[in-house]
Amino acid sequence: MTSGKIIKVSGPLIVAEGLSHANMYDVVRVGNDRLIGEIIEMRGDRASIQVYEETAGIGFGDEVITTGAPLSVELAPGLIENIYDGIQRPLEKIREISGSNIKRGIDVASVDRDRKWDFTPQKAVGDKVTSGDIIGTVPETVIVEHRVMVPHGVSGEIIEIKEGSFTVEETICRIKTEKGDIKEVAMLQKWPVRVGRPYKEKMPPDVPMITGQRVIDTMFPIAKGGAAAVPGPFGSGKTVVQHQLAKWSDVDIVVYIGCGERGNEMTDVLREFPELSDPKTGESLMKRTVLIANTSDMPVAAREASIYTGITIAEYYRDMGYDVAVIADSTSRWAEALREMSGRLEEMPGEEGYPAYLASRLAQFYERAGRIYAVCGEERRGSLTAIGAVSPPGGDISEPVAQATLRIVKVFWGLDSSLAYRRHFPAINWLNSYSLYLDRLSGWFDENVSREFMKNRSEAMNLLQLEAELQEIVRLVGIDALSADDRLTLETAQIVREDFLQQNAFSDTDSYTPLEKQARLMKLVLNYYANGKRALAAGVNPSDVFGMSAREKIGRAKDAPNDSYNTVYDEIEALMESETDKLISAKEGM
Amino acid sequence: MIKEYRTIQEVTGPLMLVKNVSDVAYDELGEVELPSGERRRCKVLEVNGSDVLVQLFENSAGINLADSKVRFLGHGIELGVSPDMLGRVFDGMGRPRDGGPEILPDERRNINGTPMNPASRNYPDEFIQTGISTIDGLNTLVRGQKLPIFSGSGLPHAQLAAQIARQAKVLSADAKFAVVFAAIGITFEEADFFISDFKRTGAIDRTVLFINLANDPAIERISTPRMALTAAEYLAFEKNMHVLVILTDITNYAEALREVSAARKEVPGRRGYPGYLYTDLATMYERAGRNLDSEGSITMIPILSMPEDDKTHPIPDLTGYITEGQIILSRELYRKNILPPVDVLPSLSRLKDKGIGAGKTREDHSGTMNQLFAAYARGKEAKELMTILGEAALSDIDKLYAKFSDEFEKKYVSQGYDENRSIEETLDLGWKLLSILPKSELKRIKPELIEKYLPEEEQ
Repeated sequence: MTSGKIIKVSGPLIVAEGLSHANMYDVVRVGNDRLIGEIIEMRGDRASIQVYEETAGIGFGDEVITTGAPLSVELAPGLIENIYDGIQRPLEKIREISGSNIKRGIDVASVDRDRKWDFTPQKAVGDKVTSGDIIGTVPETVIVEHRVMVPHGVSGEIIEIKEGSFTVEETICRIKTEKGDIKEVAMLQKWPVRVGRPYKEKMPPDVPMITGQRVIDTMFPIAKGGAAAVPGPFGSGKTVVQHQLAKWSDVDIVVYIGCGERGNEMTDVLREFPELSDPKTGESLMKRTVLIANTSDMPVAAREASIYTGITIAEYYRDMGYDVAVIADSTSRWAEALREMSGRLEEMPGEEGYPAYLASRLAQFYERAGRIYAVCGEERRGSLTAIGAVSPPGGDISEPVAQATLRIVKVFWGLDSSLAYRRHFPAINWLNSYSLYLDRLSGWFDENVSREFMKNRSEAMNLLQLEAELQEIVRLVGIDALSADDRLTLETAQIVREDFLQQNAFSDTDSYTPLEKQARLMKLVLNYYANGKRALAAGVNPSDVFGMSAREKIGRAKDAPNDSYNTVYDEIEALMESETDKLISAKEGM
Repeated sequence: MIKEYRTIQEVTGPLMLVKNVSDVAYDELGEVELPSGERRRCKVLEVNGSDVLVQLFENSAGINLADSKVRFLGHGIELGVSPDMLGRVFDGMGRPRDGGPEILPDERRNINGTPMNPASRNYPDEFIQTGISTIDGLNTLVRGQKLPIFSGSGLPHAQLAAQIARQAKVLSADAKFAVVFAAIGITFEEADFFISDFKRTGAIDRTVLFINLANDPAIERISTPRMALTAAEYLAFEKNMHVLVILTDITNYAEALREVSAARKEVPGRRGYPGYLYTDLATMYERAGRNLDSEGSITMIPILSMPEDDKTHPIPDLTGYITEGQIILSRELYRKNILPPVDVLPSLSRLKDKGIGAGKTREDHSGTMNQLFAAYARGKEAKELMTILGEAALSDIDKLYAKFSDEFEKKYVSQGYDENRSIEETLDLGWKLLSILPKSELKRIKPELIEKYLPEEEQ
C-alpha cells in the first residue's frame, strides 16, 4: 500500500503525487474522510484520481492511500432485492447509518457479512471441478436459486465440501489444484467492474425476450442477448417504457440501473416492485431485481462507475445460466459524466465536448450483452440483454451519444414527443423504429406462436406505412378525395394505432399482454380490414362500414381479461361477420 | 488561528488567484478585505499546489493586488437557520435585507446540502389542489414534486406562480405550510409583485424570501437558490412543515454559472453553458421531495424563461430531464387572452397518476384526463386542417372536435387568476365539455363511469 499527497483539487478530480507504485484504475482512499476514488491517469508519480464522493473540504497536502485493488463488485447471495449506489454500497444500510441524506466516507460492505445462507452442495469430495462449475446452491429468494461457482482461475479436486448455514465469507469448499495448492472457496467472490466476465462462446440470439408490450413484442421485438436503445426527448415516456420492461420481461433476473436520473423514479421502483407479481412465477417482482441507483444529485464520478457495476452483477447471474436483462436509464447521463471527467483531465474534446473515446466505451458496454455458453466444465447457457435509454438534448438524435449508440444496437425504439402530446403511449414511433432481429426470430414465432404471426405483423406495418402516405394527401386535398378503399386503410391503420399499439402502463389488464393475446388481437384487427374490404367490394357505403358496432368493440378489446380474451374476441368476430353480411345483403336487396 | 494572505496574484472577471496559501480546502468560503475595510465573500474553486483559484460573489471593483487581504474561514458557505426566518427577507447570500436583526441560528448548514438517499425517499402521492383546472385536472401537482413553469419573456408566469402559492392546499390535512421564495436576478418590479401578493393575502408571515435582484452581483445568483433550499430543507425535514419553494428565474442562474465557467476557460457544452449544467441543476432540483423520516415535504416550482420560447434550449431541456414534468405557457394562448395561458398538450406532470383517483381525487379523474387530452389534441389537428382546406373539408365528427377544442380553451383553460376551482368543479367541467362529443368517442373512459358522470341531457 503506497500513499501520496494531494497537490490539486478540481471538483471530483484530484491529482496526487508520490503514487508511482500504484496501478492504473486502483481504488484509493482520499483525505481524512477516506473518500473512495479511482486512479484514471498516471504521469510520472502523479496520479489523477476521480473521487466518487463530494470533495468539498479536501485540500493541498491531504493524504491518498491506494488499496492496491481495482474497483470491484462483491458477488454473493444477497444481491437480489438490494438497492446499491454506483459503487455498490447498499443504500438501505447507508440509511441506517446516516439517515435520509448520504454523508461522505461511509464504509459499508456491499453484501451482508452476518447473514447466514443455506448452502446445499451439488458436488462431492473427490469430484474434479474447473472454473465456473457449480459446487452448490443457495436459495437467494423464493424464485432465484443462487448457484455458487468455482472462482475463475481455480480448478482441481474437491477435498472438502460442507453443507449447512454459512455466512458469505466462511469457507464452504476446499479445492486441491493440480499444483497441489489448497484453495478455500467461500460464497463471496470479487470481480473488477471494468473487465467483462469471460464466456466460452457467444451464440447468435434467436429467442425473443417477451415483454408483454405489444408494440415491442409484435412490431419491434428484441432477442434474449440482444441490445436495444430507447432514445427520446423528455416527457416522451422513456422511463415508463424502461419500467415496463423491468417489470414484465420474461427473464430470470433484472438489473435496473438508475444512472443520473430522478431520485423519485428509483423510489417508485423500490416501492412498487415488491407489490407487483411476476406473470411467470407469481412471486413479487422484487425477488428477481437488483437496483443500482446513482441519482442525478449523487456524485458524478460514481455515475460513470454505476453502469459497470450493474453489468458486472448481471454477467455474474448470466454465468449461472440465467437470462438476465440490464436496463440502464440513462446512458446519456453516463456519457455526460465521462465528458465532465474528460474536461477536468484537460483532454482534447471530440464532438460537443464529449471525449474521443465515447463511442468505444459505449460499444464496450453494449458488447457485454449476448447469449453465451458459460465458462465451466459442462454446457450451460445464459443470456444478457442490454437496454439503454438515451436522452438526446432537445430530442434531436443527431447528437453524439445517440449516434454512437445506434451504430451498435440492433433494436431502436424511437420515442416521439408528438405522439406523447397526443397521449399515444408507449410513444414508440412505428415509422422510424426498427428491430434487426426480425429475421432471426421469425423461426421462433412460427414455431411457438403461429405461422401467421409474422405475416400479420408485416400486413399491419404495411397499413401504417400506407397511412402515413395517405395522410399527406389528406392534408393537401382533404379526406373526400380518397377512394373508399383508401379510407378503409386509414380507418384500419387508426385501429392498429389506437387499439393495438397504444397500451396503458397504468391499467391492470393492459399493462401486460401475453404474446398469444397480442397475436389474437392483431388477427382481430386485420379481420376487420378483411370484412371491410368485402363490404366495400359489394358497394356498401364506407361510413356504414366504419359505423359497425363491432368497430367500437374492438376499441375496448385490449381490456379483455388475459384469461378469457379468446371468447370475447370470438364474439366480436362473429358480430363483425354478421354485421358485414347484413350490410351486404341490404345493399344487394336494394 | 485564521491566516491572512496578501498574495492575490490575478483578478479576472469573477475569478481571483491567490498564491502561497496553506491548509485551504476545495469549496471553502473565504473573505476578501479591501483597503477600505469592506469585506466581500468568495469561495475556493480549485486548489493547485499552494495556489488557489477563488470565485468572488460580488464584483471585483476596488480589489487591489497589493493591499487587499484574503482569509479562508475553514468551512464552506453556510446559512444559519431557525424558525424565525419565516416572515423575513434576505439577500442572495443569506444576510437580512429587510433592516431587521440578524437571525439567531439554531444551527448552521452547508448550503450545498447532501444527496437524499433514494432508499429513504417517500414517493410523492398526495394531491395538492391548486384551484387551477389545467393543473389539477390535467397536470396534477403532488406534494414533494418538482414541477417547473416554462415561460417566455413577457408571459404571465409570475401571476400563475403567485396563484399557485396562494391557492395550493392539500385536501385532507391541516399541516403547517410555508413558502420559500428565491428571486434570482429578476427585476425589482417582478420581485415586488410577489412580495405585495404575499402581503395582500397574509402569506408573508409564513414566507422566507431570498432576493437577488437584476442589479445585485450576478455571481451571487449561484448561491441564492441553494440558500433558499437550505432554509426549505430545514423547515421541511427538521420542523415538519410542507414547504413550497418558488425559484425564479433559473435562466439567470444558468447564465451566472456560464459566466464562471467561461472565466475558467472550461470546454463549453451546448450554447456555451458548461458541460456540468445538468449535474449542477440536478443538485438543486433533486432537493425537493419527501422522506421517510419526517412529516414535511418540499414541493418545488422553478420558473424559467425560455430564450426565444425554444424548449430545446439547454436550460429548459436539461430542466425537463430532471424535473417531474413541466407546465408550459403559450404565447399564442396569451394573445388570445386565455389566462393563465397554459399549453396543456406539451405540459406534463409525471407524478399525476400517483396522486389521482378514488380516495385521492375522484374515480373518474384518470379516464377523463386522458380523454380530454386526446380530444383537445384531435380538435387542434382538425382546426389546423380547417385553416388549410376550409370547414367543408372536415368530417362531421372532426367539426365537433374543433368545437370542443374552442370551448375547452375558453371554459377550462381560461379561468383567470382569481378563480379557485375545487377538484370536483374541475372534473365536472371536464364532463360538461366532453358531452359535446358523441358517447361512442369516449373510448378512454370506462363505460360505467360514463353512465355515472356524463351529464344527463346528452344521454
